[in-house]
Amino acid sequence: MSPAWTTGVRAGLRRGWIELKQNFTNADSLVPTLFMIGAFLLVMVLTRSATVPGTHFSLGTTMLPSVLGMSIGVNGLATVGGLLTAEREDGTLLRAKATPNGMTGYLVGKVVSVSGIVLAGVAGTLITGALLFRGLTLSQPGTWVTLAWVLLLGLLATLPLGAVLGSLMPSARSAGLLTIGIGGIAAVSGIFYPITHLPHWLQWVGQAFPLYWLGLGMRSSLLPGSMAAVEIGHSWRHLATFAVLSGWSIAGLLLAPLLLRRMARRESGSSVAARREKAMMRPV
Amino acid sequence: MRYGDRDVLRGVTFTARPGEVVTLLGPNGAGKTTTIEILEGFRMRSAGQVSVLGTDPAHGGEAWRARIGVVLQSWRDHAKWQVRELLAHLGSYYAPYSTADIRRPWDTDELIDTVGLTEQAGQKVRRLSGGQRRRLDVAIGIVGRPELLFLDEPTAGFDPEARRDFHDLVHRLADREATTILLTTHDLDEAERLADRILILAGGLIIADGSADELSRQMATLAEVRWSRDGQRFVHAADDATAFVRGLFRQYGESVEDLEVRRASLEDTYMAMVREHEAPRARLRVAV
Repeated sequence: MSPAWTTGVRAGLRRGWIELKQNFTNADSLVPTLFMIGAFLLVMVLTRSATVPGTHFSLGTTMLPSVLGMSIGVNGLATVGGLLTAEREDGTLLRAKATPNGMTGYLVGKVVSVSGIVLAGVAGTLITGALLFRGLTLSQPGTWVTLAWVLLLGLLATLPLGAVLGSLMPSARSAGLLTIGIGGIAAVSGIFYPITHLPHWLQWVGQAFPLYWLGLGMRSSLLPGSMAAVEIGHSWRHLATFAVLSGWSIAGLLLAPLLLRRMARRESGSSVAARREKAMMRPV
Repeated sequence: MRYGDRDVLRGVTFTARPGEVVTLLGPNGAGKTTTIEILEGFRMRSAGQVSVLGTDPAHGGEAWRARIGVVLQSWRDHAKWQVRELLAHLGSYYAPYSTADIRRPWDTDELIDTVGLTEQAGQKVRRLSGGQRRRLDVAIGIVGRPELLFLDEPTAGFDPEARRDFHDLVHRLADREATTILLTTHDLDEAERLADRILILAGGLIIADGSADELSRQMATLAEVRWSRDGQRFVHAADDATAFVRGLFRQYGESVEDLEVRRASLEDTYMAMVREHEAPRARLRVAV
């Protein structure tokens, strides 16, 4: 480990912190986040008195951990992917490339700022949810242990994967498709309604992606043990959750450096200028 | 250097000395940007040898990168950052590459003052005007006190005052910091004012290499002599303007008025060179 390399990491930590502060002091980045959290909480409140089929447990309360899981996954995938394409288009990435150890700094910064956004979102939702809903197992130490490892593994599974997706997107515009695709996956991941009520083949599709496992992991940490009965196999399946999320982590961590390097290699002043011209010609 | 089977750079050979300002001129599509991007290490070449600060830019590491400055045209990157915050952050990457001779990075406030952004230091980048943004681009390019600085059309869109300030800055960097500067421009006036040496690139070849004076001498373009006599105006294009004027006075003496001798400008030289170079190629294209 050379001192110069650590400069990149340290600069990246500072960069992430600055970007995180910007995110929470800028109305245009804060308002959509708060709006999303507010909308989900509203849906949970409205479905509070409905029960999960086959139980007497509130559907709204069940939805809270599922939405927490989803927000980790969606931020990891869509936010990282979207930022990467947008910042490739606007030249941020080229500036990083023109700076010694700049790419290291850029990536570390992204990991820090997006993780920070996820953590703040999880904390905010959880605190509001704890005040609004009953039945969450907040006082058990096991809750927080499970929450911590699912959260960390979830970030590890989705951040590099988001970078992979972002580096494959040809333009910031096509990154919009990414968000739609992730929304589609969320729909079959048992976030808003138990996955067991979906057709069998869709259950398999949902289980192939990390979002389902993030939701399951969060439910397992925050809901009473008896609620495992409505899950696939009537179990929280911790081992499978760990295995699938680890699998996606390894795949992402192997692919991301290759694809990011390929993407960075193609960046130059003229490629940024060409994209700027193209973007400016598009009707807004 | 080639794209597909089309060679875009064929005979580009030049060296730059420390502290020298070299200007790359040429029509659009001549290969200026390609040349500069190869030297910056942002583009791989298909053949040939390149050495920038003693290293092949295709394999330049981070320590090499720290000695190079690139002025990029910003668009909307780092929009939420404050000017001082961004410069201090980007400067921090250069600190481990500081040497006894070159203290890296540039002190943030001093740098902001140097490019004339002191009043905007606390502003967000997205609030800057176009001209201020370009000054910030220059500041980012030199924050690591580069030994070699690349500027690709740095003054496009500058107003005359900003252009004058920028020229002063380039002179200061070259003279005081001994920075070697390679810049491209379409502004021949700017090239003449800044460059120690001018390279003219056309059709992927360097067709001229020298100071503005040397180039006009090399082209032996005609000087223009204007004068008036008995209220009538005359214009003559002369090979040897001095001899012509001597003859003029010998013949007409006191009655010669309003004498004006205009040597071929860099623009005349440039146009003549590019035209001469492109003429045979145009014919070739017809034959194909």
